[in-house]
Amino acid sequence: MMTIRIWAITLLWTLAGTEVPGAEIPEGPGLGRPAPAAYIAAWDTDVMADGAGLPPGAGTAEAGTRIYAQQCLSCHGEDGLGDSGDQLAGAQHKLTDEWPEKTIGTFWPYAPTLFDFIRRSMPMRTPGSLGDDDTYAVTAYLLYLNGIIGFKDEMNAVSLPKVRMPNRDGFIDARELP
Amino acid sequence: MARGDNRDKQLSAPTEFAAGNGLLDRRLFLQGGMAIGSAMLLSGTDAAAAGETAIDPRPKWMREPGAEFRPYGFPSLHEDEVVRFASPNRVMRNNGASWTPLHLLEGTITPNGLHFERHHNGVPSLDPEQHRLLIHGLVARPLEFFMSDLLRYPLRSQICFLECGGNSNAGWNRIPSTAEAGYFHGLASCSEWTGVPLATLLHEAQPGEGVRWLIAEGADAFAMHVSIPLEKAMGDAMLALYQNGERLRPENGYPLRLILPGWEGVLNVKWLRRLELSDRPAMARNETARYTELLPSGKARIFSFVMEAKSLITSPSSGMVLRQRPGLYQITGLAWSGRGRIRQVDVSADSGKTWAPAELQEPVLPKSFTRFRIPWRWSGAPAVLKSRAVDETGYVQPERKVLLAERGRHGFYHYNAIVNWAVDEQGSVSHVYDDDDQDLGDHPPVDAGWD
Repeated sequence: MMTIRIWAITLLWTLAGTEVPGAEIPEGPGLGRPAPAAYIAAWDTDVMADGAGLPPGAGTAEAGTRIYAQQCLSCHGEDGLGDSGDQLAGAQHKLTDEWPEKTIGTFWPYAPTLFDFIRRSMPMRTPGSLGDDDTYAVTAYLLYLNGIIGFKDEMNAVSLPKVRMPNRDGFIDARELP
Repeated sequence: MARGDNRDKQLSAPTEFAAGNGLLDRRLFLQGGMAIGSAMLLSGTDAAAAGETAIDPRPKWMREPGAEFRPYGFPSLHEDEVVRFASPNRVMRNNGASWTPLHLLEGTITPNGLHFERHHNGVPSLDPEQHRLLIHGLVARPLEFFMSDLLRYPLRSQICFLECGGNSNAGWNRIPSTAEAGYFHGLASCSEWTGVPLATLLHEAQPGEGVRWLIAEGADAFAMHVSIPLEKAMGDAMLALYQNGERLRPENGYPLRLILPGWEGVLNVKWLRRLELSDRPAMARNETARYTELLPSGKARIFSFVMEAKSLITSPSSGMVLRQRPGLYQITGLAWSGRGRIRQVDVSADSGKTWAPAELQEPVLPKSFTRFRIPWRWSGAPAVLKSRAVDETGYVQPERKVLLAERGRHGFYHYNAIVNWAVDEQGSVSHVYDDDDQDLGDHPPVDAGWD
């Protein structure tokens, strides 16, 4: 009951700033079924910026070198310099240069996001096919290519969130700009 | 067509100039009886201009039965140039974008087969019987819905535009784009979407305390996921099942997509399968490394959700030629704002020295394409046409040099500057920048890639 009352207050607050015609929330027929926990566990692979959601497993750049060559190189090029796919590393120009290069090393704010993205979306032809160890290894290899970690540094659920990305403080919330 | 027969006589009728270089009062056409010249693509043919050979009292199509019924209609075969323009990745051809041919359309509703597309790894061929939506995270009741469930909810319809955050990004380039208007600004479309208000379903799941964000995920090969503030989710957000009266097209998210009126396209997650209520955003790749705008300071704008007011003249526009030169033309275009209704669109025919208000086609709906029109008597001299949108918040669409001064040259997303079309003495129309907005530096043009 408490939750519902708090929710109703939250609702009033959130709707105050909108301009929806007839802003009252239409009552639904309540057809939602309890979501099977197994589905939620299987589908929710989100890894948050702070590392929440990172799975067990580990990998190093050393191990990632071979996986990158097999799975990534054909689109992202030697040393992550880019080809038909994005340039991932090897930036010669800073973000303030006339010709900025946005790579993992110069632009990405959080290391765990790399793990999330590689596991969810890559490689393009067989997305979702990399296991957790291989994903850690490719993540480590890309961080290594960008000079952020060493060749033998192990990336896992504890170490990856501790990696401080060079552009960690590089973003401004547009909603707070004039 | 009788156009042109008595053009000279009509042009001599008294008219009221509304601004410099031939712009006429926007109400002129409403008074009726004005024949107008046509602006056509250079590739277009004009039978009337080619001249009739012999009078045919009963053309071929009146001497034989017409075609039989077909279960789903197609456009006329004579309209086969009215198509999207696709720009796929050269290797992964299911990654890329396709543009709505805005310069070949009228009105405000985009036909479903011409709605713009941005796919990050193709269009999934998913089975709607198996597809389900999960709502979970910080909720008292994690829920799942099949599409057959959602179709039994009270539905609502809303007309709104959808615009990719990267639309018009050729505008950042040093050299003016030579693309036709739609293939430059057509990562924007407008549809009537029908579905279930998102708030209804979130309410049913009973969000807990501390919920601030909604993380949405699609069921495509990319498993696209983004974060949306709760206020928007509880506001005008909708889970769309129908697009312009029919079920969503596969390329627009069949069977279920998120619609966030006025907010950048990537957030309107297609093939929606999961909504996770959270106390914080995911900081996903597509809200950090992409869909953020690098500023001259080296910092980048993040969470720039709203698509600000924009307008462009769709005819005459780049690549067209004014065929009945000189003469009376109708300038027509589109304006929209992610913050609400368009209040006014001003048009200039003298490169912004003077402006006249265009007629806005009713109804003017919030966060929707608004069609504007104004008559123009072209003298035959060179002209630069511009349109400038003002929305109900008072926001004024900026000139390009103003936008560049604020954002630099490498923002890639959220380009909404005023668009210039130059008309030369032959009536050919092309895209130009202002005289005081030329970058003569020795920089390569921006490569507006879509990887």
